[in-house]
Amino acid sequence: MTLRVDLQVISDWIPEHARVLDLGCGNGALLKHLQQRHISGYGLEIDNSKFTKCIEAGINVIQADLDEGLNQFADRSFDFVILSQTLQAVKRPDFLIREIMRVGKQGIIGFPNFGHWQCRIQLGLGGKMPVSKSLPNAWFDTPNIHLCTLKDFEKLCQQYGYNVINRSVVNHKHKDTLAIRLLPNLFGQTAVYLIQNGNS
Amino acid sequence: MSVSLPTDSVGLVTPSHLHIDTPLLLECGRTLPQFSLIYETYGKLNTDKSNAVLICHALSGDHHAAGYHSTEDRKPGWWDSAIGPGKAIDTERFFVVCPNNLGGCKGSTGPNTINPATGKQYGPDFPFVTVADWVNSQAILADALGIEKWAAVVGGSLGGMQALHWAIALPERVNHALIIAAAPKLSAQNIAFNEVARTAIKSDPEFHEGRYTEFNTIPRHGLGLARMLGHITYLSDEAMGEKFGRELRSGKIQYGYDVEFQIESYLRYQSSSFVERFDANSYLLMTKALDYFDPAKEFDDDLRQAVSPITAKSLIISFTSDWRFSPVRSEEIVNALLSAGKSVTYAEIEATQGHDAFLLPIPRYMEIFASYMQRVAKEVAI
Repeated sequence: MTLRVDLQVISDWIPEHARVLDLGCGNGALLKHLQQRHISGYGLEIDNSKFTKCIEAGINVIQADLDEGLNQFADRSFDFVILSQTLQAVKRPDFLIREIMRVGKQGIIGFPNFGHWQCRIQLGLGGKMPVSKSLPNAWFDTPNIHLCTLKDFEKLCQQYGYNVINRSVVNHKHKDTLAIRLLPNLFGQTAVYLIQNGNS
Repeated sequence: MSVSLPTDSVGLVTPSHLHIDTPLLLECGRTLPQFSLIYETYGKLNTDKSNAVLICHALSGDHHAAGYHSTEDRKPGWWDSAIGPGKAIDTERFFVVCPNNLGGCKGSTGPNTINPATGKQYGPDFPFVTVADWVNSQAILADALGIEKWAAVVGGSLGGMQALHWAIALPERVNHALIIAAAPKLSAQNIAFNEVARTAIKSDPEFHEGRYTEFNTIPRHGLGLARMLGHITYLSDEAMGEKFGRELRSGKIQYGYDVEFQIESYLRYQSSSFVERFDANSYLLMTKALDYFDPAKEFDDDLRQAVSPITAKSLIISFTSDWRFSPVRSEEIVNALLSAGKSVTYAEIEATQGHDAFLLPIPRYMEIFASYMQRVAKEVAI
């Protein structure tokens, strides 16, 4: 099974034998892949059918609602806490990010960039809420309730004193282009950040 | 006339017996000089004996977990919904073993057994048995069957406590522990309910200090009351409401103390059928085993430390409307396993049926149960 490109990026950032927590782990593809590299951990997933797929994949999975936080986990109990393409769907992203940084020594957070030029044109010129490959739903039925741009995210990290250790920004084909490298907030569709507490 | 049994049933089954002449030292300090276990098996043990699944029963359960003893049986074994060909515990793949616990009244050594020292029934003199004693006796059964390591040890409620204890006490003999609708120990409220049940039994004039069989009687009233109380705690308010509501048996209020509401009729039926099939001394022993279970006790109440020897992977399941062993209690086990870095999967199932849900074929529950058992089969390569 080939791994989704953003998950491949995440996988490449994690050294062997690390302990990880994957929030909103979907069908467990990332954890399954990491298992082969002797990286152990747990997934959290609320969706019934995805949860069952995790069991079938032999993933340790806890059925839980991310909006309720990560109370069951002790401070700094994981090397990495991963939140991939889910940040925009939670009730309080700020609360969840703080939980991630409490439980994990490092956080890996990926999200669709609302600052992408197509979003800007659709809203700025078209006057309509953007619909794109990475944000396919209409405004009324979208699970994506807290959208942000790269700048927004980085500002929040700065506010909480989190350092950006690594960043990967790609387009919907998961390609890194010159345009993205020059103007990531305008040309990047998906971003993945590796962040760490500034004082650790 | 031949009566056909359901095709997804293990069919007709016959219990087996294991007699052990080696004394068994119990946790309470007393010794059983010899003992027997009655048990049933379903499916076939494979040649490398890697496909064995142990089923641990709950308070009033027994060794008859699946199938039928005769074509006349009205009901199959108590966990027939989960055990059988193509079911969650698929007997086409797994060899399933279910013993009756020591202290029980269905054929394993218990209060109704003749005490070799006196030539009379043990009755109230039967030693206190604990979850640890059950696990030890089940391990002796495993030895006798040539099973070194269970593919899975599975149980609900008090059975789940046995599965947890197996994983803690004999980690090298358990690949997977499935702990369903259980708790790491009873709460004060749980113990309180048990104490009311015991008081009901012991205060029945027919109890005779536990020597009722010598008087050719049984404490029908007390045991029945205990069962009624138990039943209320097994169901949820919602389930009772759905099933019985305030429905009246005769359609109108009678202004009397006979059965008026359907729920009263149901409880009386449950209690009267239970007293015919269960022994009061066994009931007392089982409730005490529940009360005493507390693996964290010897670790300063630190469950994380208690579970640290576990090498098995675990599946923990709870049910939303279970207030006897609520999801919070299962989460105590889950959180201890998580913080000890153990392999654990946890699901809280939406169910209205209360504690009893663990015995019912609730689709989502069965889906998770079956998927997990498929994972077990894959991992032990069967």
